[in-house]
Amino acid sequence: MPDTATFPGPGASNAAWRAFLHGLPGVDAVGLQERAARLGTRSIKESAKGFAIDTAISMIDLTTLEGADTPGRVRALCAKAAGPEPTDRSVPRAAAVCVYPDLVGTAVEALRGTGVAVASVATAFPSGRAPLEAKLVDTRAAVAAGAAEIDMVIDRGAFLAGDYLAVFEEIAAIREACGDAHLKVILETGELVTYDNIRRACWLAMLAGADFVKTSTGKVAVNATPANTLLLLLAVRDFLAATGRQVGVKAAGGIRTSKDAVKYLVLVNETVGPAWLTPRWFRLGASSLLNDLLMQRHKLRTGSYSGPDYVTVD
Amino acid sequence: MPEPTPEPTPAPRAENPFAYSPAPQSASVAALAPSYGLFIDGEFRPAADGRVFKTVAPASEEALSEVAEAGQEDVAAAVAAARAAFPAWSALPGAERAKYLFRIARLIQERSRELAVLESLDNGKPIRESRDVDLPLVAAHFFYYAGWADKLEHAGFGPRPRPLGVAGQVIPWNFPLLMLAWKVAPALACGNTVVLKPAETTPLTALRFAEICVQAGLPRGVVNILTGDGAAGAALVAHPGVDKVAFTGSTAVGREIARTVAGSRKRLTLELGGKAANIVFEDAPVDQAVEGIVDGIFFNQGHVCCAGSRLLVQESVAEEVVAALKERMRTLRVGDPLDKNTDIGAVNSAAQLARISELAAAGEAEGAERWSPPCELPETGWWFAPTLFTHVSQAHRIAREEIFGPVLSVLTFRTPEEAVAKANNTPYGLSAGIWTEKGSRILWMADRLRAGVVWANTFNKFDPTSPFGGYQESGYGREGGRHGLEAYLNA
Repeated sequence: MPDTATFPGPGASNAAWRAFLHGLPGVDAVGLQERAARLGTRSIKESAKGFAIDTAISMIDLTTLEGADTPGRVRALCAKAAGPEPTDRSVPRAAAVCVYPDLVGTAVEALRGTGVAVASVATAFPSGRAPLEAKLVDTRAAVAAGAAEIDMVIDRGAFLAGDYLAVFEEIAAIREACGDAHLKVILETGELVTYDNIRRACWLAMLAGADFVKTSTGKVAVNATPANTLLLLLAVRDFLAATGRQVGVKAAGGIRTSKDAVKYLVLVNETVGPAWLTPRWFRLGASSLLNDLLMQRHKLRTGSYSGPDYVTVD
Repeated sequence: MPEPTPEPTPAPRAENPFAYSPAPQSASVAALAPSYGLFIDGEFRPAADGRVFKTVAPASEEALSEVAEAGQEDVAAAVAAARAAFPAWSALPGAERAKYLFRIARLIQERSRELAVLESLDNGKPIRESRDVDLPLVAAHFFYYAGWADKLEHAGFGPRPRPLGVAGQVIPWNFPLLMLAWKVAPALACGNTVVLKPAETTPLTALRFAEICVQAGLPRGVVNILTGDGAAGAALVAHPGVDKVAFTGSTAVGREIARTVAGSRKRLTLELGGKAANIVFEDAPVDQAVEGIVDGIFFNQGHVCCAGSRLLVQESVAEEVVAALKERMRTLRVGDPLDKNTDIGAVNSAAQLARISELAAAGEAEGAERWSPPCELPETGWWFAPTLFTHVSQAHRIAREEIFGPVLSVLTFRTPEEAVAKANNTPYGLSAGIWTEKGSRILWMADRLRAGVVWANTFNKFDPTSPFGGYQESGYGREGGRHGLEAYLNA
């Protein structure tokens, strides 16, 4: 585990960053995937399943990130996040609603007093290809409109070109622009491709001040997988041990079924443990997942499936 | 509601709200019968002298079934049946023998849940392993050797390799059905007939396999199964009608067998004990190395001849690796083998538990530091908590003797040369593991390690296409792959 004194910081050369990041322990891809797959065979039943389903619901960042998003659609999503099951108030609310910056105002309005946070993507999501000034404006606008959480994307191009300092400084600048808002840093693991890259990008983000590290935008071919999420969990565990600061993890994209969600909770439970088993430290970025969780919850309580006509379509 | 500012200190590891509910696999699919006979000449029959013994579930110490105990007369009958079946079986075209083997492989797949449950009941191993490791490998071995049956003349053993005749096979209790597959599949593919004796404490899956042979329409006498203790095994090995002896088990029994067959025409392969080194360099992928260490020693309760029972870790990272290993060991789930979430099941027998306990006590007495994670062991049955010994030296018994249990000895080294010297400093030589991100070092080490199997950045990986076997006191001959055919051919 790296010593705190050896961490590069603002202004460190790319060579210093390279020496540090490439000095992190390597990741054996086969071993990582096997571990994730094996934890996926855990059999979660009865009360443990009930706990997992409710916890998963409470961890969802209910997300809509489409060009066709409208205020009406965002308001519908907000209503769903605040009370996922209109006829059953025992269902927990989602953690947040995640939208584009121009719709933050609508979401803030709709969610006032519900306890559901508004999260906004920023920094030229999803590609991140814009000048830093534009990204800062994007971020400040979202924060000014009332977003409590900002989901930024890193500059994958700079990372892959070896310009680690640029990636670090950009994250640090966005962190500053966030003010009191919570910063989630999207690594876009599907574009970093190797697990070694993912671990390095994760450390860059954590050292630059990320409150959360997040797997993906949901907009590329490979999004959250059990293996890349496991890797982020191992990184936040090591970062806590090295620095004393706890960082959250968000798995986003491609998690559609309750079965999948439960597998992610098992990963959390058996690697970083219960300290991360709350919406404060672990999130699931998803849209269709919520309805499947609601149907499974109903099944667990009543013994019968309600079917898709008994959950709301948003 | 999430707070926007991070808390300065994390929550302590409190009582876990996500405690898994029991997820038991139903034992009824094992369809246990109250008693079983010997399988001789295609039929089940009681022992000639009517003797029986009980087989016990290690997790509960309850008797599962009564099994016939083979005596001299039964051994003679089984060998005679195998001899009688040999001419026709060996004369079949290879493609015809392959059909039977493919059929057996498919039946094993179809009945895999039943076989996995039966294996876990009788052996004590967790259902996750019997379901996800043992049974898939068992089927794969039959599929693999079925493929060889009509290609033997192209296997590199001459233009017309001939089978040897009757193979007498004695297998251990740690992987009952998998060891049966390793022995029976290549023997049959090559045209031999078989008399197999499963271990005394785990006879049930072999008997179920006999039912599968009947179901597959295998000609009578080609496979015979004799249940019993060491005396039955000794009688089988000594029987003059046996042409080939294959044994997997302890080095002590292996020596006895070698003495018995010395000076006879019998061919012999032995797969015996081990004290494998799992070598972790400072540039290893640490998280995966920790997984590999855990897999290496706690897989199958450590009842694995190629278990990575000696962890050799580079001194510069020893503290970090041991700390990570302890943290990981805290998450191991010990208990009911039939619970789908169990990682470590029951020790197979009271005798084995006594041996493990005795060696662990010797480790403490010799000054090594013993550690186990807090874990509640069930009250009935035979259990041993996963155990780690640090401050172990090469001279300690726990660094030299095969424990065959969930006990890991940690030693350190400074240079690759020292790692090789320490790894090879054992009378055994079955397997070794290397953990490093440096490819050239893997090759350098593999050239120098005196072990039949060397795993790089993984451990305890098995595949029917890969030969397996040892050096020195770990035995001789190879099982698996093309090499595994040689033991059953007159090349």
